[in-house]
Amino acid sequence: MSFSKLTRRGLIKTGAAASAGLALPTYLRADGHTGFTNAPTGDTVTLGFNVPQSGPYADEGADELRAFELAVEHLNGGGDGGMLQTFSSKALDGTGILGKKVNFVTGDTQTKSDAARASAKSMIEKDGAVMISGGSSSGVAVAVQALCQEAGIIFMAGLTHANDTTGKDKRANGFRHFFNSYMSGAALAPVLANAYGKDRKAYHLTADYNWGYTTEEAVRSSTEAMGWETVNAVKTPLTQTDFSAYIAPVLQSGADVLVLNHYGGNMVNSLTNAVQFGLRDKEVNGKKFEIVVPLYSELMARGAGANIKGILGSQNWDWKLEDQLGSRYSGTNAFVQSFGTKFGFPPSQAAHTCYVQTLLYADAVTRAGSFNPCAVVEALAGFEFDGLGNGPTLYRADDHQCFKDVVVVKGKENPENSFDLVEIVEVTPAEQVTYAPDHPQFAGGSLGTCNPGA
Amino acid sequence: MFGLDKKDAGLLLIVAILALAAPFILNPFPEGSAMAQFNAGYPDLMQRLVIFGIFAIGFNILFGLTGYLSFGHAAFLGVGSYAAIWMMKLLTMNVIPAIIVSVMIAGLFSLLVGWISLRRSGIYFSILTLAFAQMSYALAYSVLTPITGGETGLQPKYTDPRILDGALPDGQMPRANLFGLDMKDGFELVMGNWVFTFNAGYYIAAVVMLLSFYISIRIFRSPFGMMLRAVKSNQQRMNYTGLNTKPYTLAAFVISGMYAGLAGGLLVAMDTQVGAERMFWTASGEVVLMTILGGAGTLIGPVLGAGFIKYMENIVSKINKTVLEQWFAFMPDGIEDVMVALVYPFVGKGWHLTLGLLFMLVVIFLPGGLVEGGQRIGNLFRSKKAKDTSPDGSKTPAE
Amino acid sequence: MDAIILQILNGLDKGSAYALIALGLTLIFGTLGVVNFAHGALFMIGAFCAVTFSKLLTLSHIVIDDTQKDFLGNPLKVEVPYIYDFFGQTTGDAIIDWAVPLSIIFCIPIMIAIGFIMERGLIKHFYKRPHADQILVTFGLAIVLQEVIKYFYGANPIPTPAPEVFAGSFDFGAMMGFAENTIIYPYWRLVYFAFAAVIIGAVFAFLQFTTFGMVVRAGMADRETVGLLGINIDKRFTIMFGIAAAVAGLAGVMYAPINSPNYHMGMDFLVLSFVVVVVGGMGSLPGAVLAGFLLGILESFASMSAVLEFLPGINQIIIYLVAIIILLTRPRGLMGRKGVMEE
Repeated sequence: MSFSKLTRRGLIKTGAAASAGLALPTYLRADGHTGFTNAPTGDTVTLGFNVPQSGPYADEGADELRAFELAVEHLNGGGDGGMLQTFSSKALDGTGILGKKVNFVTGDTQTKSDAARASAKSMIEKDGAVMISGGSSSGVAVAVQALCQEAGIIFMAGLTHANDTTGKDKRANGFRHFFNSYMSGAALAPVLANAYGKDRKAYHLTADYNWGYTTEEAVRSSTEAMGWETVNAVKTPLTQTDFSAYIAPVLQSGADVLVLNHYGGNMVNSLTNAVQFGLRDKEVNGKKFEIVVPLYSELMARGAGANIKGILGSQNWDWKLEDQLGSRYSGTNAFVQSFGTKFGFPPSQAAHTCYVQTLLYADAVTRAGSFNPCAVVEALAGFEFDGLGNGPTLYRADDHQCFKDVVVVKGKENPENSFDLVEIVEVTPAEQVTYAPDHPQFAGGSLGTCNPGA
Repeated sequence: MFGLDKKDAGLLLIVAILALAAPFILNPFPEGSAMAQFNAGYPDLMQRLVIFGIFAIGFNILFGLTGYLSFGHAAFLGVGSYAAIWMMKLLTMNVIPAIIVSVMIAGLFSLLVGWISLRRSGIYFSILTLAFAQMSYALAYSVLTPITGGETGLQPKYTDPRILDGALPDGQMPRANLFGLDMKDGFELVMGNWVFTFNAGYYIAAVVMLLSFYISIRIFRSPFGMMLRAVKSNQQRMNYTGLNTKPYTLAAFVISGMYAGLAGGLLVAMDTQVGAERMFWTASGEVVLMTILGGAGTLIGPVLGAGFIKYMENIVSKINKTVLEQWFAFMPDGIEDVMVALVYPFVGKGWHLTLGLLFMLVVIFLPGGLVEGGQRIGNLFRSKKAKDTSPDGSKTPAE
Repeated sequence: MDAIILQILNGLDKGSAYALIALGLTLIFGTLGVVNFAHGALFMIGAFCAVTFSKLLTLSHIVIDDTQKDFLGNPLKVEVPYIYDFFGQTTGDAIIDWAVPLSIIFCIPIMIAIGFIMERGLIKHFYKRPHADQILVTFGLAIVLQEVIKYFYGANPIPTPAPEVFAGSFDFGAMMGFAENTIIYPYWRLVYFAFAAVIIGAVFAFLQFTTFGMVVRAGMADRETVGLLGINIDKRFTIMFGIAAAVAGLAGVMYAPINSPNYHMGMDFLVLSFVVVVVGGMGSLPGAVLAGFLLGILESFASMSAVLEFLPGINQIIIYLVAIIILLTRPRGLMGRKGVMEE
């Protein structure tokens, strides 16, 4: 056929035009001497920040992106250094990572696993990213984590709360700093028992997908262990916007606590609807009716407005931690100071976890002395650190999950501004939320071994 | 050639050349230059371009020929994907059985959906297909989680049975392959500052796309295709002549469902993961947009439309403020800030805005889609007088 | 029994939102023959009218308070709404509290203007184009509109509460002799239901009893003949488009306290409202309203836990399932006319 000739001629032409001389085919798989995917060559290294920029979580993604930007600035020696000063590991010195200046590329996950993988792949294949971070949902985290494992890239999860990320879908190349459903349940249960008593009847509304299931299971098992009774658990479709049909029968059931296992837009709407029904002004079984939201997020609290007043939930971190609970949570103020100065408002927990993950990755590379994912995995697994805002923290080697204190918060009665919507009720120490790696809620997966790609 | 007339053979040849030379064509800018942002010649995007091309070609067989507007085609893509990933989990990581099964399952599912939906026409048909697709999505995301993985989707795991494959060496991830040829294999050609990536997976997908394109040309030119066009222009008259049109439309529906399943299977072959979102109604809407944007009823249009949308999604969404600042760095400070502020809302997180505006512009000014745009440019070069007499003149909106 | 009454109430309320959107959609379809995918976006813009109006009311100037510190340790900037300066704090707060109902006045002219601009500037050129083109161009417009809103308001939902007096819920059960707290319903949702009933009634009365309405109905049946009679039907259709936009906008304004508005709420409603219109029968106004209420009630029943135990997941698919069954048994929906959108 004629086209082979055409191509060859085209090729020669292009080659001549580029005056490149020799064309050197190199095998992708044998990406040479370095032995791992996207080994940084020049004097820069590229990180990929894959966050939701369109869709309902776009604002959360924007906050994550700000944190990444700040982390890169600090790694490259710009700004006031943020948490680099308070971080217990002193390997980072503000000259980039291993002397290479940090560059970053961004992408849009659209909070869809397909789009997130496409975006992550373009970072890996086109931009040569050696680490991917970010994300705002567990579906995306699990999908991108699996991709990074295949490609031989490190994945530092952003906001992902389902047990599966470090449970049945865990991967050797993936790491999660954020807390999980189990920890929420374990941290909340004692606080709930204190605040509302041990003789309560709970009604669960659960988002009908993986994260909802794991959260319901975690909250149910820890509250039931404490003496609560679960009256009913109803699954609500993800695409639901009006929850009135689910909330209306709650009072009839004889329940006196409503647990909303919802996140994001679902949470804003279900909570708003529940408050509209006046549930919080009712008395059932001689007790004041209460609502609980296991996973809080500042942005969603803002969306729900006054409806969150007095409602208990858990968080990974809060920007007021160090001010209110002392220097155990050092790093918090340093981060809030540099973030607030740069952007004019305090950071969210999503921003915090993304910032910390970037620093932890950079530190692990520096301590390992190599960008090789296997070296990084070795440096991070079982790593104990402090000074990143959560108090002493362990990156457990068995499942690559961080173990640290969990913050229990409550919607503030009289917020002073739109960033000060929650108050810290209590901090549950790490020991209370630690579980065995083979805990039934996390069973069914294996890390496998690290994959350097190439 | 291959039973095609000269014009069609030429078209096929052009598409073949474009597909085979894509690593060059899509990477026009040297590495490291500011314009490298616009390079699309990396394996993942090239694969997606051809796979969604297949999806759109299939959709066009139904919509372009019969005029039946299905709003639920993503369901067939999704069902195909699930079938393929289960083949990979249970049978073998070889892509051949996965793709064959995905086409078959999608074909069966589209037979069922088509058999029911084709009882109605017009918008009633569209809503029926939409309803089936939305039900598939909702169920796959929630109650069918044990089969579909729900929110977190399905990926092949080290621990899957895979009865045809030998045990994996320790630490080795299961990789999709074609008789041992890894989909991620390939080589890079470095020429000066240009880097061209040739990827095995892409070429496999491209060959499948060419085959699909060829089959679609044959369908368009066959008596069967003529029959479908007749249905589009006046179904009633067809019925009055004593002809039952349903077997023809159902066949077209199933063929296009199988194309969607093929695309779904290939997606899994290239990137071994499935999530329920690929069945959401916006995904069905996307293939409609691809087809109309490119030019419904034309052979090449859907492929162009698919390429256009996937390119926007993957390239424009990655342009962030830092990139813009680099581009305009040569300008004086004040002007640079103004330029960045002007362009920023349209790129990065604003890529949807650009997409929406482009849809509107194309539909308003190019009723025949991108293909018509190409023809107009072609006409411009051929003769300037042709403009007034062109048959499309009447279709353009009155100003 | 009480559970069933409760879900019927619920469904009526849910259905009133569906019915309002579907009504506007049908007005546009029935009069102009245009499939308007931007209708959900109009609903969303309506909700954002409420947001904008309450933002305007709370438009503030900044007073620096040296006695307090912000989170960075700088002097606190206290925002004082201008409205306090004009009316004093008590009246000011009362006005802010009533922002949502007040924004109806603000919303109607804006929505009518948007409707006019849309029809004259864009839709007009698409009357003779295929439905697929209409869908594509209005879909593009919907994306553009929602991205513009996102650019100014962000992606996060914005809380827009109803006036304080409507907080809490009404106990129907106690009124009808059931036990306390078994059938409760939020006041604002009752307001919404009543509001929807008034709007629907007004639209029907307008079409039924005014000369203008008569001409429009004649135009819906046979546009050409009405034109031949020397009536400028185009102008009236433009006005109808404005009215349809206002109906969608009003549905949105009053919906803002029920669910905090966000930029993609229109897309969330779009598919659903199309299903409602088609189930009701393309081009039939009573059909759209009927189908809206019917689907609302069925959706409420499907979400009962007693039902979910037998049929897990039925709440996910009920609307679509009903749509399929109705379209298969009644070819043109509940009250559709022959020959509409079947080519």
